[in-house]
Amino acid sequence: MSKKVVVETTINGEATEFLCEPRQSLLEVLRDELELTGSKEGCLTGDCGACTVIINGRPTCSCLVLGVEAQGKKIDTIEGLARPEGLHVLQRKFLEHAALQCGICTPGFLMSAKALLDRNPSPTEAEIRYALAGNLCRCTGYDKIVRAVIDAANTLSGARAA
Amino acid sequence: MAAHGDKARALCGGTDLIIQMRAGVRRPEYVVDLKNIAALRQISFSMQHGLRLGAAVPAIEIHENADMRRYYPGLTEAAHLIGSLQIQSRASVGGNLCNGSPAADTIPALIAVAAKARVIGPQGERLVPVEEFCTAPGRTVLQPDEILIEFQIPTPAPHSSDAYQRFIPRNEMDIAVVGVGAAITLDPADDRCVAARIALGAVGPTPIFAREAAAALVGKRLDEASIDNAARAATAASSPIDDMRGTAEFRRHVVGVLTRRVVKLAAERARVAQSR
Repeated sequence: MSKKVVVETTINGEATEFLCEPRQSLLEVLRDELELTGSKEGCLTGDCGACTVIINGRPTCSCLVLGVEAQGKKIDTIEGLARPEGLHVLQRKFLEHAALQCGICTPGFLMSAKALLDRNPSPTEAEIRYALAGNLCRCTGYDKIVRAVIDAANTLSGARAA
Repeated sequence: MAAHGDKARALCGGTDLIIQMRAGVRRPEYVVDLKNIAALRQISFSMQHGLRLGAAVPAIEIHENADMRRYYPGLTEAAHLIGSLQIQSRASVGGNLCNGSPAADTIPALIAVAAKARVIGPQGERLVPVEEFCTAPGRTVLQPDEILIEFQIPTPAPHSSDAYQRFIPRNEMDIAVVGVGAAITLDPADDRCVAARIALGAVGPTPIFAREAAAALVGKRLDEASIDNAARAATAASSPIDDMRGTAEFRRHVVGVLTRRVVKLAAERARVAQSR
């Protein structure tokens, strides 16, 4: 077994230091070492998107990233999405549109949607569907998720216009 | 890499390697992360020197690069077909080649644009044409102490362009059942094809450089007859197998269909490409 490595990173805006084995994935580190269990383990092959986090602004499957690769990176997880004053607009719209049932895919969808809206505040429906293609949901049939993201994008752009 | 030989494996995006390690398909004792080396992360293009594409550049940065979209649309669309945005944030063209899958989307596109792989090791450097890089499924010419640094790709000739298409049974996020890349150069005076390169994916143990298919086009106008000849030659060059993604017979048929489509698409792009 290899020696543990000290990794310095930024998670949800806070400087964070953790110890991990070189073989551990970022997902394992988040869940098992840092107790950030919002990112879910699904397929472990990069197909389902349940473990999606945002690394330096890019949506990424944390199951396909080694913990040691987090060194010097800026990582955003589902735990950082809501603010002390309330839920993120994407979270509110997911609730309003009933865009979740069992909920295990939801953190991944929210992070993919956030990464999209951060880069493209007014996406078309096709762009939304493309951006969410790496997230699988076995309950909703996707349509409510797409409606929720469209509504969130409209709400955000309305707030900017006001 | 040199110290540990075949016990070491290079890591870029990890979208193949980490899965293979988890499944026990590859069991390296050492994993060497190469993607923080600046030379492996750059895209630089000039009309004079052509393109240098770092081996570890993630697919999404290729799609976001205006020179890539303008001068190498086929290679760009191949990179942009790989997996989801989560995967494209990590997966690199260099990794796609070194993984050595016969179904890799970017390899036929690289062959079409005459890419050479710049390989470096303790013995020095060498440039390997991409069509000579893969030797068997999952195997390449890379020695255990060598790494792929970048691709060197010539400036497209005037009135030329490229295209890549694949067949998958769904809209996105799948492995090619067949993939075809083509680059076409036209004579603007009479619209004859003056140069062509065609390459096939997922229809043999390695990606296939279909020289005979391209030869069927050179000197000809790209009409139904010449394109049919190219499609027949491409089908003849393929040697597909039956597997869970498709039968050999179906794949041979699709090779012909996609060859027609990518030749026409590359030619359309070549006609509108500005004189360079």
